[in-house]
Amino acid sequence: MANFETPALREYPVIPLVQEGTMAHSRPFVAKPDIQASVGFPGELVENWEQKAVVKLGELVSQSRALQVFLDSCVKCGACTDKCHYYLGTSDPKNMPVARQDLLRSVYRRYYTFAGKYFPKLVGARDMTKDVLDEWYTYFHQCSQCRRCSVFCPYGIDTAEISMAARDVMDHVGMGQKYSNEIIGKLHKIGNNLGLPEPALRDTLEGLEEDVKDATGVDVKFPVDMKGAEVLLITPSADFFAEPHIDGLIGYAKVFHAAGISWTLSSYASEAANFSMFIGSHDNLHKVAVRIRQAALDLGVKRIVVGECGHAWRVAYSFWNTLIGPFDFLDQNYPVPQHICEFTYDLIQRGALTLDKTANDDKVVTFHDSCNVARASRMGNMPGGQFVIPREIIKACVNNFYDMPADTIGESTFCCGGGGGLLTDDLVELRVKGALPRMQALQQVVDEHGVNYLAAICAICKSQFTKVLPYYKHPMDMIGSVHGLVSNAIVLNAKQ
Amino acid sequence: MPIVVNGQTIETDEEGYLANRTEWNEDIAKEMARVDNCELSQNHWEVINFLREYYEEYQIAPAVRVLTKAIGKKLGPDKGNSKYLYELFPYGPAKQACKYAGLPKPTGCV
Repeated sequence: MANFETPALREYPVIPLVQEGTMAHSRPFVAKPDIQASVGFPGELVENWEQKAVVKLGELVSQSRALQVFLDSCVKCGACTDKCHYYLGTSDPKNMPVARQDLLRSVYRRYYTFAGKYFPKLVGARDMTKDVLDEWYTYFHQCSQCRRCSVFCPYGIDTAEISMAARDVMDHVGMGQKYSNEIIGKLHKIGNNLGLPEPALRDTLEGLEEDVKDATGVDVKFPVDMKGAEVLLITPSADFFAEPHIDGLIGYAKVFHAAGISWTLSSYASEAANFSMFIGSHDNLHKVAVRIRQAALDLGVKRIVVGECGHAWRVAYSFWNTLIGPFDFLDQNYPVPQHICEFTYDLIQRGALTLDKTANDDKVVTFHDSCNVARASRMGNMPGGQFVIPREIIKACVNNFYDMPADTIGESTFCCGGGGGLLTDDLVELRVKGALPRMQALQQVVDEHGVNYLAAICAICKSQFTKVLPYYKHPMDMIGSVHGLVSNAIVLNAKQ
Repeated sequence: MPIVVNGQTIETDEEGYLANRTEWNEDIAKEMARVDNCELSQNHWEVINFLREYYEEYQIAPAVRVLTKAIGKKLGPDKGNSKYLYELFPYGPAKQACKYAGLPKPTGCV
């Protein structure tokens, strides 16, 4: 399939010996000028880019106390070194979180610390040069911003913030990544990552209404731009387009139908994802998110529910209120915003859904915690609700559920290998290798319990697993949506 | 990475998708497939033609489910599934078939 070797799964997980430079060749396509322009960045490397990069870095540090603390406080204890899935899968020491941070920290020290200004060699400070920039481009696109390392860092240093800052600096001097920036540009223009125009969205949803009617005999609706609906559903556009995502969308629609709660999609804000977070761009983050506020106001909804998308839930749960709030026009009796899993779980708790677990008896299920849900947000009204609620939904829908090993789930979950703007074909080698720790853990429950279904609540995870599972000798359709399981189990019109 | 078809040089992007959609013809599709060691059968053409028709109407490639349904109607229910499409286009029906059809690559979490 490609020109590299898939890492071998072992009897138990092994921390690999360092092999320098194994991933030095891996770098995604650079964005062309038209794509850069679509997200407000220069089209190519600007004049005096070295100086401009340093100035930008200084601005970012002065605006973010967190970033400054992350850059100043590392004591090189090494706790993070074996925590990154990309290090574990590639053996490249620059994929150790501390080494990745140092790529940027060395430049910060040179220009913004006393020791670095006067004794650079003593403190590992480096000038901003083309080699350094290229190294940034290579290795800051080998970080999925999953934040697993930060869980194990005694100082809580968050490599994701450093990686976002590095990408922001690179964008500002004209060296952006094609994949993320093209997508953000498309969203500004059309309203979603895919570039799916309204007529195509409507056609797709009408097709789904027919499919569900054929399969169940029930008229489950997929409304678009329905003014006065109770709920606005904001979901990743992959849910309209890709497999197995679309089964999740069908699941949400069936839940709304069964609960008798009116809902609508928006053709203007037809995307939950906000890739601006991956490139650390506050302006783009706001511009993307504010469409959702506008859609909610225009449609006059009372609630906003967010579909299965990992980083979108981080943006919604952690940033929306200050970014595009206040949401005083929504019904305050419900969480603002609410995750689709919270929504469904609440209905299950109240006995409002009839679920037939035997519909999923062909499956032995495990659950992959997605990083942005696990480590950057929450669900429900209890700490750790983001781990409990999706599992409780699954257990209400299936008879056979087994968790993967404890150090690979929950807040220690391993990234799927494709998050943070790396879900692109030009990084397939990185994605396959970075999936190793998750595949190792999956193999254990496959061997011990016969697991044949990996459920997830993130569009990136679903697409990434579809791609990488075959490299590890599993069928691509082993991955599915949590609400795909709900869709199978839910009994419509049960009370009639 | 331009490709040469019938003596003409055709511009493509980094990933081999046509730079200018209007330049597409069947020989270009065949040449793109040849590079991937794939020979286009009538069944491949059914998919490629459907993609082009859909794109003409909606300015985007169809969702995988829309595609499988349409192919199922045309070629029989045993072929209306993504497994069959992956057999035809092992790099993924959405991406590989779009490339041969001269359409842009689908973007996003797909």
